[in-house]
Amino acid sequence: MKLVSEKNVQRILMAAAFSAISALLLIALFIFNEGLPFIFKYGLKNFLFANEWQPQLGKFGIFPMITASLWVTFGAMIIGAPLGVAVAFFLSEYVPKSVMRIVKPTIELLAAIPSVVYGFIGVMVLAPIIRNNFGGPGLSLLAGSIILGIMILPTIISISVDSILAVPQSYREGSLALGATVWQTIYMVTIKASKSGIIASIILGLGRAVGETMAVIMVAGNAVNIPHSPLDSVRTLTANIALEMSYATGIHRQALFATGVVLFVGIIILNSIASVALRKRMVK
Amino acid sequence: MRIHPRITQRIAVTVLSAATVLTLLILIFIIGFIFEKGLPVLSLKFLTSSPEDMGKAGGIFPTLIGSVILPLLAIIIATPLGICTSVYLCEYTKETLGTKIIRFGTDCLAGIPSIIFGLFGYIFFVVTLGFGWSILSGGLTLAVMILPTIIRTSEEAIRSVPKSYREVSFSLGATRWQTVKKVILPNALPGIVTGVMLSIGRSIGETAAVIFTAGSSLRIPTSIMDSTRTMAVHFYILAREGISAENAYGTAATLVIAVLIVNLSAYWIMNRFIAKRS
Repeated sequence: MKLVSEKNVQRILMAAAFSAISALLLIALFIFNEGLPFIFKYGLKNFLFANEWQPQLGKFGIFPMITASLWVTFGAMIIGAPLGVAVAFFLSEYVPKSVMRIVKPTIELLAAIPSVVYGFIGVMVLAPIIRNNFGGPGLSLLAGSIILGIMILPTIISISVDSILAVPQSYREGSLALGATVWQTIYMVTIKASKSGIIASIILGLGRAVGETMAVIMVAGNAVNIPHSPLDSVRTLTANIALEMSYATGIHRQALFATGVVLFVGIIILNSIASVALRKRMVK
Repeated sequence: MRIHPRITQRIAVTVLSAATVLTLLILIFIIGFIFEKGLPVLSLKFLTSSPEDMGKAGGIFPTLIGSVILPLLAIIIATPLGICTSVYLCEYTKETLGTKIIRFGTDCLAGIPSIIFGLFGYIFFVVTLGFGWSILSGGLTLAVMILPTIIRTSEEAIRSVPKSYREVSFSLGATRWQTVKKVILPNALPGIVTGVMLSIGRSIGETAAVIFTAGSSLRIPTSIMDSTRTMAVHFYILAREGISAENAYGTAATLVIAVLIVNLSAYWIMNRFIAKRS
C-alpha cells in the first residue's frame, strides 16, 4: 500500500489544520482549570470588585488592576488611534504608491522592536521627562499610555491602510470629478467606505494594549492603586500576573491564573468583535 | 461659518503629514537612542564571553545561544504545522463550517497576549508534561505563539499562486498532492519564508512567554531539557533589577540589530518575490 496516497495526505493535512484551534482550546482549558476553581471558591464579585490585593493576607481583589488596565488602554487609544488613522490616510491618499511602499514597511518595523526595549525607553527617557515637567513618580499611568500608544501604531496603521486601499478607486474618482478636494473625498467618501476595517484595526490595537505586559511592567510603576490622576503609579492585570508568577504558590498562584482568565475572556471578546468587523469589510 | 475647502485641504495635509513624520521620528529616535548608548558597549568580546557577576560584567554569549536556539526550535515545530494548515485551507476544502472554525481559532490565537502564552506554557509544558524550565518548554510555547502568523502568511502566499498553474498541472494528469508539492509550494516559498522570518523576529524579542517556560539560567545549555536565558530576558533582568545600565544598553543594541536584520531580510525576500511575480 502506498503510504503517500491522496487520502492519507488529506487526512494528515486536515489533522494539522486543527492544530491552531486545538492549541486555543488547550490554552483555554488549562488556564480555566487553574483559575476557575479559585473564582468559584473566592466569589466572582469579591474577586472582580474588591479593592484589596494582599496575597499574604489572602485578599485577592483585582478591581484596581482592572481599572488600571482600562485606563492605560484608554490612554493608549487616545494617543495611538488618531495618530495611526491619520498616518494611514496620509499614506494611502496623499503619497505616491512608490513612497508608501517604502514608508509602510518602515513603520511596521515599530512592531518588530521588542516590548522590553519600549519599556526601557520609557524608563530612561519618558519617565524623567514626566517627572521633571509634571511631577509625580514619572513611572505612571501617563507613561504607560504613551508607550502603549506608540506600540499599537503599526497594528492600526497597517490594517487601516489595507482597508482604505480596498475602497474601489471609482468611489474616489466620482468624488474628485464632482470637484471635491482630496480631504473632502476622504471624510465624505473613503472614511465611510473603509469604516469597518478602521474600527477593526483600532479594536485589534486595543487588544494589543490590554495584553501588553513587559513594557507596562517597566513604565507604569506597578503600585496596586486605583488611579486618581494620570501621574499615579498603576499596576495592570498583565503586570500583576508577570510580577508575582515567579514566586507565587498555592492559592496565590491560582489567583494569578484567575487574573489570566479575566484577561483571556476580555481579549477573546475584543478579537471576536474585530474579526466580525473585518469580515464585514470582506463581504462588501 | 464654513471654511473654504482649499483651506481645509491644506490643514488636512499639514496635520496628516505631521502625524506621519512624527511616527517616523519616534521610530528613528528609538533605534538611534539604543544604538547611541549601546553600540559603544558592543565588541566581539562582549558577544563571545560569558556574563560575570549576574551580568554586571562580562558578555552575553549564553543568551545569544538561547536567542538562536529557542526561535529555531519554535519554527521547526510551527512551520510544518502552519504550512499544512494553509495548504489544507487553500487547496483541499471549500469554505465550510470547519474552515470557518479553523480561521476563527487562528484569529483568536493571534490576539492572545504573550503573558497568557507564558501562563499556559508554564502550567502545560513545564508542570503538567514535566518538561521543567527548559529549551523544550520555551520552544513549544513560542511555536504555539507564532503558529497563526505562519498560517496567515503561508495562506496568502499560496493564494497568490496563479490559478492557471494549477490547471496546467491538473491537465497533465497530476494529482492534487503532486500539484501542491511540485507546483504550488515552490511558487509560494518566498512568501512562506517571509512569514517564518517575521516569526523568528517576534520570537527573538519575546519575553513574557519565555521567562516562565525556558527559565533564566545563565549557563550554556547542553541539552534540550536545560533551562536557558534569551537576550530579551537577560536585557529585561539587567534593566529592571538595575544590575548594569551599560550591559543593558549593549544587550538592547544586539537585540535590536538582530530583529532588524531578520525583519529587513523578510521584506527583502518579499519584495523580490513581488518583483518576480509582476
